[in-house]
Amino acid sequence: MGKIERQAGFDVAAARQRCLRYRRRILDISQRVTALHVAPAFSCLEMVDVVYHGLLRRDPGRGNSGFRDSFVMSKGHGCLSQYVILEELGVLLSGDLAAYCTPAGRLGAHPDYGTPGIEASTGSLGHGMGICTGMAYAERIQSRDTVIYTVLSDGEMQEGSTWESMMMAANLGLGNLVAILDLNDFQGLGRTSVTHPHFYPIVDKARAFGWETEEVNGHDAAAVYGAVTNRGGKQPFFLVGRTVKGRGVSYMEHVPIWHYRSPSKDEYQKALAELKEVAS
Amino acid sequence: MRNTFANTFFEAGQQDERLCVVVADISPAGAMDKFRQTWPARFINTGVAEQVMIGLCAGLALRGLRPFAYTIATFTLFRPFEFVRVDLCYQNLPVTIVGIGGGVTYSTLGGTHHAQEDVAVASAIPNMSVIAPCDPAETRLATQWCVKQERGPVYLRLAKAGEPDLTASAADGFMFGKLRYLKRGEDVCILGYGPILKVGAELAAKFEARGESASLVSVHTVKPLDREGIETALRRHKRVIVIEEMAPSGGLGSRVKEIAWDLDARCRVDCFSLQDAFLHNYGSHGDLLAAHGLDATTLAGKLGLA
Repeated sequence: MGKIERQAGFDVAAARQRCLRYRRRILDISQRVTALHVAPAFSCLEMVDVVYHGLLRRDPGRGNSGFRDSFVMSKGHGCLSQYVILEELGVLLSGDLAAYCTPAGRLGAHPDYGTPGIEASTGSLGHGMGICTGMAYAERIQSRDTVIYTVLSDGEMQEGSTWESMMMAANLGLGNLVAILDLNDFQGLGRTSVTHPHFYPIVDKARAFGWETEEVNGHDAAAVYGAVTNRGGKQPFFLVGRTVKGRGVSYMEHVPIWHYRSPSKDEYQKALAELKEVAS
Repeated sequence: MRNTFANTFFEAGQQDERLCVVVADISPAGAMDKFRQTWPARFINTGVAEQVMIGLCAGLALRGLRPFAYTIATFTLFRPFEFVRVDLCYQNLPVTIVGIGGGVTYSTLGGTHHAQEDVAVASAIPNMSVIAPCDPAETRLATQWCVKQERGPVYLRLAKAGEPDLTASAADGFMFGKLRYLKRGEDVCILGYGPILKVGAELAAKFEARGESASLVSVHTVKPLDREGIETALRRHKRVIVIEEMAPSGGLGSRVKEIAWDLDARCRVDCFSLQDAFLHNYGSHGDLLAAHGLDATTLAGKLGLA
């Protein structure tokens, strides 16, 4: 087994710069093809960045992306955030992103198992939590010190399968499972807090299901990193990250159409002009 | 069959510590309980929660283990169908899902517990293999194959208990993906899978009683189907009969007729299956088969053997 490099602290200033780069890169990709799901990638970007740059422990000898720990993007439609990070890490090639969603490429709008850096096929909601529960349990009974991380969407919390898995993960006492919820309050038909008010509060429900929980601002990288690294670790950990869908581009924020749409040329220029580091 | 599966799986579990079983609150009968007692960490009960049973299997397989999902057929396949499709088949993971009580085995429990279209549904998914042994001895051989295979997901369709031995004097051994002749004849060929082959054996005897020699074949691997073997059977016999305890669409009968058409086969082909209907009948397994018209007496009449 290779040497495991533990991340020492977390440089928030560097994270802000990275996320600005990632947002620009995602917008670039959106101009070449009908890039679906820009706004869902923007809402979870800081949290995915913390996972890759702060939480996952490196182990060059292991895994298909050089990490000892694992990450599964349960909200598969947010995978642009993952792709741009994997590109920067050299796990994906820039040619891969250039050929996104084209016949010449291997990346689609949802992650596929077998693609470098992708540990499970997602895109159909409600699958990540079950797979991660199995992964975390398998790691434990094989006595391996590995943490499984996943990012879920709030709409995905309406899937019964997610709750089946949450019950099971807590019953198995999977302290090596960390689920991060991208609570952007939007789904296909509008604001979840309006259409399904009794869906909230989520954090209480997760706690009632036997998980250790915390709630933070999901764009505040330091808060996300701090909450996860300070967890007790006896039970699975559920972090609710309050986020803004489309964060970083004013006309995308809280506007449902950007779940699917790509910006026009003018909209793209406007977005680039106003993008700046997201502080929290 | 259920006990044979459990015994065989327990034996395999001693050789391969990657083998795990994930159940959804089905009582661990016989050797399955021994498995639980011996390797508690490798026996996982999700409770009455079948979607996580399949998702959990996928996660275990992605981390190097070899899980078997195990419960009543309707609940290993139908209830978590999209998890079987995406988590297991789309990712092409070596996970076996065991369906107890395929067809109308659970003859007193009603339509909620009848897996009468399971083989069609499972066969329709890319990457999925479908195996349905005909008796306990063949269940043992099929299970021994499943615990070693690395090719991808498998639906192992079993009955429950009390199936008679059909393979003790089989002409062929068990080979995944190949027809298995239990008996070779020249005039009539009876193809089937699962314990309904017992009815096939009775019909074969009736053909022989009137001087026609009959082949009896266990098509235990319904998918991938042994196309070459089916072609040979269609060429070498004057009459081919398919019997399956499954819905009339999407099963072995449909496939054999497709192949016969492609081959321009000269033989007569007759296919018998469960009805395309939910019957609100109760009784023994035999009673349910009779209600569907899939008993030896009814079939003998239809085949002019009465």
